[in-house]
Amino acid sequence: MNGLGFFLDYSRCIGCQACVQACEECDTHRGRSMIHLETIQRQDSVQTAPQICMHCEDPICAQVCPADAIKKTPDGVVQSSLKPRCIGCSNCVLSCPFGVPKYYAEIDQMMKCDMCYDRTSVGKKPMCATVCPSQALAFTTLEEMQRSRQGHAIQDWTFGQENVRTKVYLWVPEETVRFQIDLVQIQGPSRIQEDRNDVAALLED
Amino acid sequence: MAKIPIPIPALVDRFGPHLNTEPPGGWTTAGEPDRVVKTHCCFCGQQCGIQLKVKDNQVIGFEPWEDFPFNRGKLCPKGVKRYLQGAHPDRLMDPLERVDGEGFVPTTWDNALDRTASEIRRIQQQYGPDAFAMLSGASLTNEKAYLMGKFARVAVRSANIDYNGRLCMVSAAAASKKIFGVDRAANPWEDILHAKVILVAGANVAECAPITTHYLWEARERGAKIIVLDPRMTPVGRTADLYIPVRSGGDIGIFNGMLQVMIERGWIDRAFISGHTTGWEKVEETVRRYTPEFAAKIAGVPAEMIIKAAEMWGPAATSFLLHARGIEHHSKGVDNCMAAIQLVLATGRIGRAGCGYAMITGQGNGQGGREQGQKADQLPGARDIENPEHRAHIARVWGVEEPSIPRKGLSNYEIIHAIHEGKIKGLLSICCNPMISLPDSAYVRAALEKLEFYAVVDFFLSESARHADIVLPGSLMEEDEGTTTNVEGRVIHHKKAVDPPGNARVDWQIICDLARRLGSDKFEYRSPREIFDELRRASQGGVADYFGITWERIDREYGVSWPCPAPDHPGTPRLYQNGRFFHADGKAHFHPIEWRPAAEEPDAEYPIVLTTGRVVSHFLSGNQTRRIAGLMKQEPEPFCEIHPRLAGTLGVAEGDFVKVESRRGAVTVKARVVKTIRPDTVFIPYHWPSDRAANRCTIGALDPISKIPEYKICAVRVMKTARPVDALAMLSPAAGGVE
Repeated sequence: MNGLGFFLDYSRCIGCQACVQACEECDTHRGRSMIHLETIQRQDSVQTAPQICMHCEDPICAQVCPADAIKKTPDGVVQSSLKPRCIGCSNCVLSCPFGVPKYYAEIDQMMKCDMCYDRTSVGKKPMCATVCPSQALAFTTLEEMQRSRQGHAIQDWTFGQENVRTKVYLWVPEETVRFQIDLVQIQGPSRIQEDRNDVAALLED
Repeated sequence: MAKIPIPIPALVDRFGPHLNTEPPGGWTTAGEPDRVVKTHCCFCGQQCGIQLKVKDNQVIGFEPWEDFPFNRGKLCPKGVKRYLQGAHPDRLMDPLERVDGEGFVPTTWDNALDRTASEIRRIQQQYGPDAFAMLSGASLTNEKAYLMGKFARVAVRSANIDYNGRLCMVSAAAASKKIFGVDRAANPWEDILHAKVILVAGANVAECAPITTHYLWEARERGAKIIVLDPRMTPVGRTADLYIPVRSGGDIGIFNGMLQVMIERGWIDRAFISGHTTGWEKVEETVRRYTPEFAAKIAGVPAEMIIKAAEMWGPAATSFLLHARGIEHHSKGVDNCMAAIQLVLATGRIGRAGCGYAMITGQGNGQGGREQGQKADQLPGARDIENPEHRAHIARVWGVEEPSIPRKGLSNYEIIHAIHEGKIKGLLSICCNPMISLPDSAYVRAALEKLEFYAVVDFFLSESARHADIVLPGSLMEEDEGTTTNVEGRVIHHKKAVDPPGNARVDWQIICDLARRLGSDKFEYRSPREIFDELRRASQGGVADYFGITWERIDREYGVSWPCPAPDHPGTPRLYQNGRFFHADGKAHFHPIEWRPAAEEPDAEYPIVLTTGRVVSHFLSGNQTRRIAGLMKQEPEPFCEIHPRLAGTLGVAEGDFVKVESRRGAVTVKARVVKTIRPDTVFIPYHWPSDRAANRCTIGALDPISKIPEYKICAVRVMKTARPVDALAMLSPAAGGVE
């Protein structure tokens, strides 16, 4: 990929879904969007987060695949399942810490983001990173990112006690060195700082 | 006779909105395109570059256009999915004639045009020349906007033509003209990157001008501080350095309050003021009263926020102001804009890199659409229709006698009033959908129903076109060629990708044919390029001078910014570089601004503020975007944003249906309970029709100067209600139903 990398900066995301709409237009999977846009907790905040495949160095989806249907290219891109091999068991869907693979019953196959392999392999940028109006999704060189943005890139995540290293970079403030993900209770109390996002609280200052 | 001929559900059944879900031939059979056309998005004022893939005279998809400098391939969801307007099942492909009780039946072009022309003349002979009015739009190309103005004045010979930019850009335009003597964003977007502080006033950039987000974020990476004024915490407001949840209509409190602090602390460029401006003394005297405490009461926010904003803006080395409909859609919209712009002027930070301001134009040709003479008070080149020299120049270009050009006509909403008063009896509209986009929908509908004759040019049967006697099937942007002028004042070139389908025709030919039937020989154009060349001459020597701009130059230079008075002139991306402004004295003019209340403030009976606006996946009246499946999936129906504190007192929970009711009408929509809005305010996006139309509630109060309606504040009450089960609620969400 000629030194080009995929960078994800959640702080820039404006939730417009241009990525979701454009992914659906890609030639290899037209009509199916491989990117997810998460609305974090709309009641509390307008924050949103796009989720592409992070392309783990040691992909858990491939490890748990009983049919050996998920392959990684030499340049580290984890691909969609191979149609002749995929048995539709959804182990990958359940195991991915980022919630990326999706099983499509109508074709009995798992499909996922392959970083637009058809585009990147011919020198284009992935579709989502091309259209993204906020460049929360950026496909460029590490040097260009370091030159033009504050913060730095990390590739290390910890899910509970599991360490994961990804090909996709997360762009974060300098003080963040790895991303620690813990369980939260669904429908539990909000973890978003109340004062920053509650307009009523801002008005009471 | 402009009542709808058959019930709405029957019209929806035939004409939609239905959803186009897939490209021509389906997702799987697209194949290789025959050609790829480099053009622009049809929607908002940013006019992003985009490539359309064409196969067998149909647009089958898109490809980003990374070379176009404004957006470098970036697109919002509307831009991505815009191509699905083509090959659409709802597309009008024949002229239609209203038949009472039957609906709309296809007819011939000859019959449709003959009848329209004869009705225009009948109404004018019976009631006077100005009894026939025209409403046009700012999503038209420059060529078509020019043609509409000329058509009204030369062929129809009515004073009454106005456009839907009256609902959009006119407050910004009037403010800019009063202060600078010209109406255009002062700087190219590139300048945003070099600003150290950026004030975003009443602009939900993330949803209404998404590509501008990148400019803001890039400026921030370079150290810019961002201040956002909005009653709702927008996606840009969320991470802004200072987010000020100003109450709707309280903006002058912020601006005058900031200026007061800046004067106190000496953050005023007095050398610039004395050398390049007039009127400062009165401003200084006026804002003296606007102490942070006093101003905070007007703005409805803590005084510390105003002080902090002044501390960020005042001493900055470079600065940029961006404003949009949030401060403009008010009965004091012009004053709001002037108070904001004077923060720029008082610091002298204008006319150089990183220093200036811009209004964010809303519609595709929001800029050019207001320069080519389709405004009630203007002739081409942004000329004044009451100015004898301006009239004489245009009369020469048009080859008509100067006295034959009508005088200033009525503005958009005043035309609606005049229909009610019986002064206007006939209407032709193009590129607008007043049933959705004008305030107080019931009043607008009653006006359309009073018309003796109504003709509509459109490519889909809009909610307004349902009231027409004759519907003339026109063209999509990609079916014709022409230019628009983007948010920066950069004139760009829309290429033709495909022909109109069926018997639909390009708009300019429809208008020229109609002009011929009205007996005019001044519309013998063979192509839109000939219209553009005439437009160049018409604009020559005017404020908005396009004379040096050619289609070839636009293609070569990725657009040319006006004023461009000669073919060898480089164009003017940044105005005021020499410290000279466009008034005759070369100076910028300050105006003292006092805050005044909105036409309708909340009271005991209607205690809540309603404010309206857009969502990212829909455009204006939704006539286009409500027909595209991907965009409808993203935001299928309108909603009422309400703070949990207010929702709690009303017993309303997330997802409940609420009735939002003003003195004029009511809508029933689902509640979206969010902490990101002021607790005294609710918000409803306005893109949907009938009982889901936010404009049923809004007020027809106008700014006395710009005549823009006050969409951003009216008084309502909100109550929980049952799911509606009437016939309109049973329709699809695209047609105004509920899910």
